[in-house]
Amino acid sequence: MKPIIEFKNYSFKYNSQVEPTLRDIDLAIYPGEKILIIGPSGSGKSTLANCINGLVPFSYGGESTGELYIGGKEPKDLGIFGLSKMVGTVLQDTDGQFIGLTVAEDVAFVLENDCMEEARMHRRVDDIAEMVDIKNLLGHAPGELSGGQKQRVSMAGVMIDDVDILLFDEPLANLDPATGKRAIALIDSIQKEQNKTIVIIEHRLEDALYKDVDRIVVVGDGVIVADMTPDELLSCDILKSQGIREPLYVTALKHAGCDIHSEDHPAHVETMDFAPYRNQVKDWFAQAKSPVKKNETDRVLEVEHLDFAYDESRQILQDINFSVKQGEMLSIVGKNGAGKTTLSSLICGFLKPISGRILLDGKDIAPLSIKERGEKIGLVMQNPNQMISKAMIYDEVALGLAVRGVPEEEIKERVYDTLKICGLYPFRNWPISALSFGQKKRVTIASILVMNPEIMILDEPTAGQDYRHYTEIMEFLKRINEERGTTIIMITHDMHLMLEYTDRAIVIADGQLISDDTPANVLTSAEIAERAYLKQTSLYEMAKQCGIQSPSAFVECFINYERRVR
Amino acid sequence: MAKLLTYKEKGTWMENLCGVTKLIFFLAWTITCMLTYDTRILAVMLFISLLLFKLSKTQWSQVGSVFKVILVFMIINVVAIFIFAPGQGTKIYGTEHILYSLGGRWKLTGEQLFYELNVVLKYFTIVPAVFMFIITTNPSELAASLNKLGVSYNIGYSIAIALRYIPDVQDDFHKIKNAQEARGIEMSGKAKLTERIKNVSAIIFPLIFTSMERIDTVSNAMELRGFGKNKKRTWYMGRKLAGRDYVVMAVTFAFMIVALVVTYHDGNRFYNPFV
Repeated sequence: MKPIIEFKNYSFKYNSQVEPTLRDIDLAIYPGEKILIIGPSGSGKSTLANCINGLVPFSYGGESTGELYIGGKEPKDLGIFGLSKMVGTVLQDTDGQFIGLTVAEDVAFVLENDCMEEARMHRRVDDIAEMVDIKNLLGHAPGELSGGQKQRVSMAGVMIDDVDILLFDEPLANLDPATGKRAIALIDSIQKEQNKTIVIIEHRLEDALYKDVDRIVVVGDGVIVADMTPDELLSCDILKSQGIREPLYVTALKHAGCDIHSEDHPAHVETMDFAPYRNQVKDWFAQAKSPVKKNETDRVLEVEHLDFAYDESRQILQDINFSVKQGEMLSIVGKNGAGKTTLSSLICGFLKPISGRILLDGKDIAPLSIKERGEKIGLVMQNPNQMISKAMIYDEVALGLAVRGVPEEEIKERVYDTLKICGLYPFRNWPISALSFGQKKRVTIASILVMNPEIMILDEPTAGQDYRHYTEIMEFLKRINEERGTTIIMITHDMHLMLEYTDRAIVIADGQLISDDTPANVLTSAEIAERAYLKQTSLYEMAKQCGIQSPSAFVECFINYERRVR
Repeated sequence: MAKLLTYKEKGTWMENLCGVTKLIFFLAWTITCMLTYDTRILAVMLFISLLLFKLSKTQWSQVGSVFKVILVFMIINVVAIFIFAPGQGTKIYGTEHILYSLGGRWKLTGEQLFYELNVVLKYFTIVPAVFMFIITTNPSELAASLNKLGVSYNIGYSIAIALRYIPDVQDDFHKIKNAQEARGIEMSGKAKLTERIKNVSAIIFPLIFTSMERIDTVSNAMELRGFGKNKKRTWYMGRKLAGRDYVVMAVTFAFMIVALVVTYHDGNRFYNPFV
């Protein structure tokens, strides 16, 4: 059989860069295959994907050497439009890629550009909508949809063209765990039913492996580091050396000192054969030490009977009660649109509750303005570009102090101190535009931290970050938490973050607080996972398979071990 | 929360009109209004404008703040006319009824007041028509309509996308404003006007950057799905002209002709109550 995508000794260099981004790529993908491409940020995996769909070199110019064939033809002969007949791309940003005003128009966009006449177009849209189950959404605006529905609409939009290759660029990036799982299942059924070739770019390996893939291609620093089956890949050490997070159960097995063999099928926790490892895991669990309990501290933030609705018909939050202790690291989790961000907006004063109180250090903060609350509660938004308003790092971090009339000398001292903590001191005179996404994120954290807030709220602090940057940001937050005693509240749907870095998780589902417990307990409860669109951790399944009585104690033990070795 | 200047389905008969029809009405209406200075015609047009505005079920919250901005410009305009051309009314109407003398060449005359009243009428005649046009027209359908009128679909689509992003950009604006306020940048009435203008930059820059990100993503998405491939394209939302469209167009043109005939029959586009 002839490959449908074939790279031969292929290298590519962007015009704007000195070094090539891809070097000596040899890769063949056959019709009907399902390939997962993984690699850390900046490894070149997105460039590789863009070579396949034609954004490279048609939108992002550069020079290439070697050969590349898509469907047996060279991209330069096909052009970006010719390629779009063969390769359908679902972009990472589900919101940004919607073009049409309604779902139907968005799905029909390709057909419009192909000059299909109206009546046929309407029929075709109806058919495809039926296939991915979005028929009742056709008249809606894409913005009104949930994360999972958006994903299905964007899939319909590329599948309508009957392309042979479907390319997914980080399909899980903005989805809550349960919706992500469904997206992977949908991709899988499309491949099976229609025999398409599927290429998935993702760095959330464990979630992407929810359904079988044929091969995993690991890209590191512009070259292909590995091209093998999931079972083979998980039984060697390539992932770790490339800075990609292994599935948690694989990490746990390695902590217990096990050597993983590909014959035991480690690709899925449900089907893996744990028998050879059972005793070793049990021994490891038996001698695990429990950590020293943190001292009890005073309550810094209390939320009492909080209710919120935009209008009478739609209640967003209902009777929310919880409290936060000084110096805690806490996560707020729940599915997309459950009301997590609304909760933080209420605490910061952007929205006013219908009833209920919020107390800071025992005092009701209702009379305080946004600005006054901002001195005690700092908010870091998900997208750093939404916060940065100065050209230079120093000015950006100093902004909050400058507008409050703090004397010049003191500003300088505090800004420098903060920059040192954030590891940005060497860059203090740099323009912000020269920084990477992760560094920008740190600038926004620094610009809040400099005001010495008692509480910091971070909205999705690690969204879109690879494992290395994730660890960097989280270790940095932990340090702030430990050194300055700043209370940190994180809104997230990253289960790893919640498990590894927070002491407590508040779970919100459909506007109600359904759990306030340790992350280990939350993530081992099937009921909570289902209601809040979370995913039970694979450690739970592993503990069960290894015959461990208390899965949540096992998860706890894993977290403590992780924290010790890090 | 109602979004500013954003198309919202309300099920009025105006939404059922073709985008082309509304565009033609809008252009004819504006041209007539600009040409005529006949106060009687303007008064009739004002009445119709307000009536249509009412029928379009436009909510005040959809247009209110934009209207206030326009009002400010109108006041500046009216005052400027008086400062730079206090004798314009006399020149047009040929008489001079001085009501109050402000010294120098600035005399408040009945003619000047009447002339400026006409200017104000024009504002109030055109503005509701603009609002109505934007609020009752589905952007995609407008793009399709423009294309049918012979405008390149690239331009039509750009306009449609711009209209479609108005609500998104407003969302970003509120988010950014809140976050900056929390950092201590006062945007409310408490700060001095000069302060506020300076502080607006703290919103504008992030807004520009996030909008650029949007543009980058959406233009890639469009290209990947074949936008710009052919000279022509078809439209999912395309709508054929129906009977009611022809009726509206006929009435519009009839009105335009009558209005212009009444205006120009004496060879002068001003209605003169002073002689």
